[in-house]
Amino acid sequence: MSVIQLAGIERVFHLGDSVVHALTHLDVGIESGEYVAIMGPSGSGKSTLLNLLGLLDRPDAGSYRLEGRDVTTLSPDEQAAVRSRRIGFVFQSFHLVPRLTAAENIGLPMMLAGIPAAERAQRVAQALKDFGLDQRADHRPDQLSGGQRQRVAIARATIMQPAVLLADEPTGNLDRATGDDVIHLLEALNERGMTLIIVTHDPKIGTRARRQLMMEDGELKSDSARPSMAVTAT
Amino acid sequence: MRTADVLRFARDAAAGYPLRTSLSVLAMAIGVAAVVVLTSLGDGARRYVVEQFSSLGSNLVIVLPGRSATGGFSPANAVTTTPRDLTVDDAFALTRLPSVRRVAPLAAGNSEIKANGRLREVVVAGTASTYLEIRSFKMAQGHFLPEADWNRGAPVAVIGVKIQEEIFAGRPAVGELIRLGDRRLRIVGVLKATGQGVGGLNTDEVVFVPVSIAMSLFNTNSLFRVLIEARSRDEIEAVKREVTAALKARHGGEEDVTVITQDAVLATFDKLLRALTAAVAGIAAISLAVAGILVMNVMLVAVTQRTGEIGLLKALGARGATIRDAFLAEAAMISLAGALTGYGLGLFGAFVLRQVYPVFPAYPPDWAVIAALATALSTGLLFGIMPARRAARLDPVQALMKH
Ligand SMILES: Nc1ncnc2c1ncn2[C@@H]1O[C@H](COP(=O)(O)OP(=O)(O)OP(=O)(O)O)[C@@H](O)[C@H]1O
Ligand SMILES: [Mg+2]
Repeated sequence: MSVIQLAGIERVFHLGDSVVHALTHLDVGIESGEYVAIMGPSGSGKSTLLNLLGLLDRPDAGSYRLEGRDVTTLSPDEQAAVRSRRIGFVFQSFHLVPRLTAAENIGLPMMLAGIPAAERAQRVAQALKDFGLDQRADHRPDQLSGGQRQRVAIARATIMQPAVLLADEPTGNLDRATGDDVIHLLEALNERGMTLIIVTHDPKIGTRARRQLMMEDGELKSDSARPSMAVTAT
Repeated sequence: MRTADVLRFARDAAAGYPLRTSLSVLAMAIGVAAVVVLTSLGDGARRYVVEQFSSLGSNLVIVLPGRSATGGFSPANAVTTTPRDLTVDDAFALTRLPSVRRVAPLAAGNSEIKANGRLREVVVAGTASTYLEIRSFKMAQGHFLPEADWNRGAPVAVIGVKIQEEIFAGRPAVGELIRLGDRRLRIVGVLKATGQGVGGLNTDEVVFVPVSIAMSLFNTNSLFRVLIEARSRDEIEAVKREVTAALKARHGGEEDVTVITQDAVLATFDKLLRALTAAVAGIAAISLAVAGILVMNVMLVAVTQRTGEIGLLKALGARGATIRDAFLAEAAMISLAGALTGYGLGLFGAFVLRQVYPVFPAYPPDWAVIAALATALSTGLLFGIMPARRAARLDPVQALMKH
């Protein structure tokens, strides 16, 4: 079953008089448990696509079905609920709340979802162990290394056991070795069944994925799952 | 998000920016403290005046000879023409009225006292035994004027402490003889110091004699005042009615006396000073509004500063309402902390006032405290709504980019 089904997606930005087609005629299907890398030059629409997949943004046209349900027509609160339970985000710049400890940052999605404190504590403790952060539970983000911060962010993104994990250049702010650790961590999560979608500039990371989507000027230029498409596009 | 979590999140957020938070708490505190201190001052003045008047005696109704033009009390009304005498018999007739507990006639005038080889001018008050109780005075030595027929008083006198000091140099005066005008009177008691002046008549410097003696001394048939004590506070109005009716009947159907109640006088001052206190509170409340605007600015800065965080919370599944509540809770906490701190400061300020001016009962009135706290909280919340809604409406993608 397709976990993600995009059809005829358009996203247009108006900047004064100029019109930017950040995404045009986008038709993509992603199966549950897939490992997808989105690549392409700067400004090609990768982040726009990821924001759309994460329900942070709405398309101007087209339909988006997540786990078989049309999510573009949902109310903002319903979309928030979907983000809370079905989608996990990992960002290039980690986006940890500076005044909260590692444990509190990891527990944040559960707190927002209204899960009782006792259950939160238990699940956070488990996540800290799983991600090798037991010794860092009470550290604030500024007391953590970049790799540790991104591990906290991944723990946070997965604590609600989402169906889809979206990562926008998760290694962009990390050195090579730490970046590889983070990629291995994400791949391990994918092996346990989580759909993983990574935006990356790094070809090495891109080729590790089982499927590559190449973007250019808001269009899908090639899809390794459908090699014929590159021909039709040109 | 659970309420407890919203509150904890808001508290941590406020604590995360100590300087900003403490400055807005301080602004709110100053506003509340201003209201508390200024209303303490205003209400203290009111209580001071009310207490001074209350010490005249409780449930007091006063009859003056002569009819005042208007029903109300004013200093001008106190000076009235005297068409018909207010006699001792008039006063005595009032003792039989149902709502009246006690009556004391009062005749007043100046005379010379001669005793112990000294001579001085004194105020002589002619009255009866009931006067002591009506005015709630106490005796320092001996007893007050004996109970007797008001028209045939015994040749006795009661003196104020100041006269005892000046003429008898503080020695016990009971039993001594004095000469008042052409009369020889025996002192039967000394009044305890009251320190009270009534119409420029300090009781410490007065010689009290039976009313009949005073009236013949001054060669008059009219009383200066009749003091009446009602049976209870509720019966003051009844007394007023009964006295007016009784005297009208005795004076051939003419209403030629003025009946004033202590309540009427008090009510005027009370109203005046309450209005003053409210006005002062209103002025102080402006500083609360200013504090509210400051809280709003602080919260707007907080929203701008934490834009990235708001975007993140949305990405993590927070609803707009949750984010709004968190910011609103933060504004409410700042206001609450400010209000409580201000209340404490205000109480301390009032305490200092009481130390500096001990006669002044500078306590903040309950209504002012409640109004100040409620205003602080509601302005904080009111001015918190706009920033909170702005936070809730932020576009998550834009917000996330600002990091
Ligand atoms: N909010 C916006 N308003 C106007 N234009 C936008 C907005 N967001 C994106 N764009 C434009 O849409 C296009 C796609 O942007 P997007 O951020 O998706 O690119 P990207 O592929 O992620 O690039 P990069 O690799 O640099 O992150 C760009 O031309 C960008 O300028
Ligand atoms: Mg991008």
